Amino acid sequence: MTTISMTVDGVRYDDDVEPRTLLVHHLRDRLGKVGTVVGCDTSNCGACTVLMDGKSVKSCTVFAVQADGTDITTVEGLAARDGEMHPVQQAFHETHALQCGYCTPGMIMSAVDLLAENPDPSDAEIREGLEGNLCRCTGYQNIIKAVREAGQAMQTATAASPEPATSDAGNGVPGQQPAATAPGGPAHTTAVGEVRT
Amino acid sequence: MTVTEERTGAEVGRDRHRKEDARLITGRTMWTENLSLPGMVHLAILRSPMAHARITNLDVSPALRLPGVVEAFSGRDVADMQGSLPCVWPVTEDIVMPDYPPLAVDEVRHTGEPVAVVAARDRASAQDALEAIEIDYEPLPVVLDMEAALADDAPLVHGEKGTNRCYTWVLDSAAAGTGDDVAQAEADAEVVVRRRFIQQRLIPSFMEPRSVVVDPTGDQITVWSATQVPHILRILLSMSTGVAEHKIRVIAPDVGGGFGGKLQVTPEEFIAFAAARRFGRPVKYTESRSETMLSGHHGRDQIQDITVTARRDGTVTGISAKLLANMGAYLGIITPGTPLLGAFMYGGIYKFPAYRLECTGVFTNTTKTDAYRGAGRPEATFALERIMDELAAELDMEPMELRRRNWITHDEFPFTTSAGLTYDSGNYEAATDKAMEMFGYDDLRREQAERRASGDRIQLGIGISTYTEMCGIAPSRVLGQLRYAAGGWEAASVRMLPTGKVEVVTGTSPHGQSHETAWSQIVADQLGVDFADIEVLHGDTRTSHKGLDTYGSRSLAVGGIALVNACQKVVDKAKPIAAHLLECDPADLEFVEGQYRVKGSPGAGKTLADCALAVFTSHDLPDGVEPSLDGDATFDPENFSYPHGTHLCATEVDTETGRVTIRSYVAVDDVGKVVNPTIVEGQVHGGVAQGIAQALYEEAIYDDDGNLMTGTFVDYTLPSSADLPDFTTDRTETPATGHPLGTKGVGEAGTIASTPAVVNAVVDALRHLGVNDVRMPCTPERVWQAIRNAQGNAQEGGDRP
Repeated sequence: MTTISMTVDGVRYDDDVEPRTLLVHHLRDRLGKVGTVVGCDTSNCGACTVLMDGKSVKSCTVFAVQADGTDITTVEGLAARDGEMHPVQQAFHETHALQCGYCTPGMIMSAVDLLAENPDPSDAEIREGLEGNLCRCTGYQNIIKAVREAGQAMQTATAASPEPATSDAGNGVPGQQPAATAPGGPAHTTAVGEVRT
Repeated sequence: MTVTEERTGAEVGRDRHRKEDARLITGRTMWTENLSLPGMVHLAILRSPMAHARITNLDVSPALRLPGVVEAFSGRDVADMQGSLPCVWPVTEDIVMPDYPPLAVDEVRHTGEPVAVVAARDRASAQDALEAIEIDYEPLPVVLDMEAALADDAPLVHGEKGTNRCYTWVLDSAAAGTGDDVAQAEADAEVVVRRRFIQQRLIPSFMEPRSVVVDPTGDQITVWSATQVPHILRILLSMSTGVAEHKIRVIAPDVGGGFGGKLQVTPEEFIAFAAARRFGRPVKYTESRSETMLSGHHGRDQIQDITVTARRDGTVTGISAKLLANMGAYLGIITPGTPLLGAFMYGGIYKFPAYRLECTGVFTNTTKTDAYRGAGRPEATFALERIMDELAAELDMEPMELRRRNWITHDEFPFTTSAGLTYDSGNYEAATDKAMEMFGYDDLRREQAERRASGDRIQLGIGISTYTEMCGIAPSRVLGQLRYAAGGWEAASVRMLPTGKVEVVTGTSPHGQSHETAWSQIVADQLGVDFADIEVLHGDTRTSHKGLDTYGSRSLAVGGIALVNACQKVVDKAKPIAAHLLECDPADLEFVEGQYRVKGSPGAGKTLADCALAVFTSHDLPDGVEPSLDGDATFDPENFSYPHGTHLCATEVDTETGRVTIRSYVAVDDVGKVVNPTIVEGQVHGGVAQGIAQALYEEAIYDDDGNLMTGTFVDYTLPSSADLPDFTTDRTETPATGHPLGTKGVGEAGTIASTPAVVNAVVDALRHLGVNDVRMPCTPERVWQAIRNAQGNAQEGGDRP
């Protein structure tokens, strides 16, 4: 057992974990964060995507011990505490970008990261950027539209309030760029979840 | 999120945002795997690594000595209580139906077949303990190829049955009296075209892996399952295990997609059921993706030999299809019937006088096949639309012109086909004209000619699919004639609450189809209440005690009508109450826009909410009126539903690399009246994507020993956002005539239509090079090989993926 500490959706958790425990199983089985789901066992589907220090990772491809000391945002922590949806969540709703909804948590988290890196992506850039998240229901077209519209909404919101937002919402809210550096130095993760800290 | 606007006219036809989304976009979804019960143990299943073998030794006891392990058992331990998995569609009298034990007892017949179970305190302990189980196999000969399986000396999948032939089913229009004789048509034909098409095996690949939780409490057992069919699961669990039906409650909570893949009662559900009964405590089993792909049922896998006969002027005189359909090793819930769901559709939208279909089901040492989106109809539509293009090439006729010459014209409906179906309505001209205009058909043909003339490396292909399908499953009497064990009706209940809110119970079981939203729209119009004041309940046999669930594009076309009828009963029931409140004669009242008003008198009326409160208090009801305001209805359709449309695909094919790029895709569908256009468009997008996936990307492949080589998402190439194009969609609207909503099914249409449109486009791009077929999926290697073979005067597409 290894003792780890991480902040998940604004709450700090200290736990002993088996070194082999995957982050997604720690989130789901230990912390009860069942909004993040498992869709495959080969890191292809992206349903388990969360933000780790502001960058998207596939939480099935990160050991819980690798997340020690990090700040994790899941789909459950994306909306503001007053219930106001994140622009990406809102856009998914308004453009019918989900049907069964199983890929949706991961798809939304990947989209939040994509827009943080590229606030005004072309459709082709969105398609490439979400390549690591599989959806079987929508044919992707409305997902692309949702991300495009969310990007526009976030840019409009940023233009309207140039000061950093003071909202109590989680990462990725307009005007509040996700933290690019974690305590202990910059963290970077690739889309498939290779972690370099 | 909450929709609060006032009612401003009809809800049906309106683009409502979905009620379902609020929980799905916030992670507050109730997937079965999210469920955790006090005292629950986790199951892991040991699966056969052999495609065919006798189990010579099996000892689970070493697993029991490991930490955290609660129980372990094998098939032999539960042989008397596990039941045999049911097949409810014995399609012929002499069908061969082998036993299907959930846990193999003596013999395994495909890789991935469950052989033993461990229950432990957590998932990881259970998984670890599987490795301690001791098991020895004696390999038996494996048969994978359907034609080899039918040979006289073939190894037998089920030795005691003496054959690998499951059944042969025939529909012949001359014998049935529904049309001419295909043999005569062939004798008289000026042109005969024959082709063999291969429907590769596919894996449904719903995103949520299947999961089941079983909680035995006293003599009652509650089952949560990621299933499309909670009602069917309950009755079949009961009939197969002997546990009384009323002691079983099945709940399908939020379910993450199905596409037919969760239209099944699974070995894993039966194993969990047996385990919970054996332990007397709750159990959970959630499969890994690899397990889903290995042992969840597969789809398609047919060999189609098609013959079409015609006159030189393009008039088709008959079609004949001889199918081999791979059953796999066992028969799932509707394994034998799945290919036959397409058996009536090899004539599509056309007036073919002679029709014959012969389908032989074949056992092999592979995972069973069963329903996958479209189920039989994609195969039929593919073969038909592909051979229409081949016939056009043979006749040197423009392929759309050939179709026009043969299709049923708008003024000929209702039309009874030589397969014996009566299509109620359709307008193939309107959908086709619209699609061709949106597509820029003539311009693309010009560009194609230019590229051919200049010998461009990138050749342009145009693919056509003018499809129809039969869905809205189904008229119970017809199902009976087809030897299906159940009916095809659907049920709904509507109850007014004292505060004027409405609870709707449906027997359909959505898993992405947006019933909560669409059903609310229907009820809002029927009862004149706000969209937001309606709650749709589903997927729990305790609240929704009657239903036949969701598959076959049936929910709206059948369940929606039950819902309308239930609403009508509420409106009728409230009428005497409203008359009493208004102190008038019920005969003088009309119900308009949610109000009972005295005819011809525009003054204040009474709403259903007023009546609901009056019923709740019951202080002043008319004599003899029951103090309840609700309605139940069950609807059994008289006919299937026949959506249709025209899909056009333009592909650019790189003749040097074989790479296929979809340049444009236009879908004009006619699904009758539409409740929510956005939801319908979403169904078309997803359906088209799955059809394109069959055409270009997906194939389940076994090696010579029966190992599934495409058992993960690494090897089984589900298309990503980067692999698919934008779709241009539109509709024409020709209402169904058999019921008041005028709707037709849409769930499967896109998948049925799109596969031949894409492959026709690939072949069309290369036809001038001598290519007349490319096997699916049309990978770059297969396309490249097809070009090379054509240059060497070979006729077939490449064999290897």
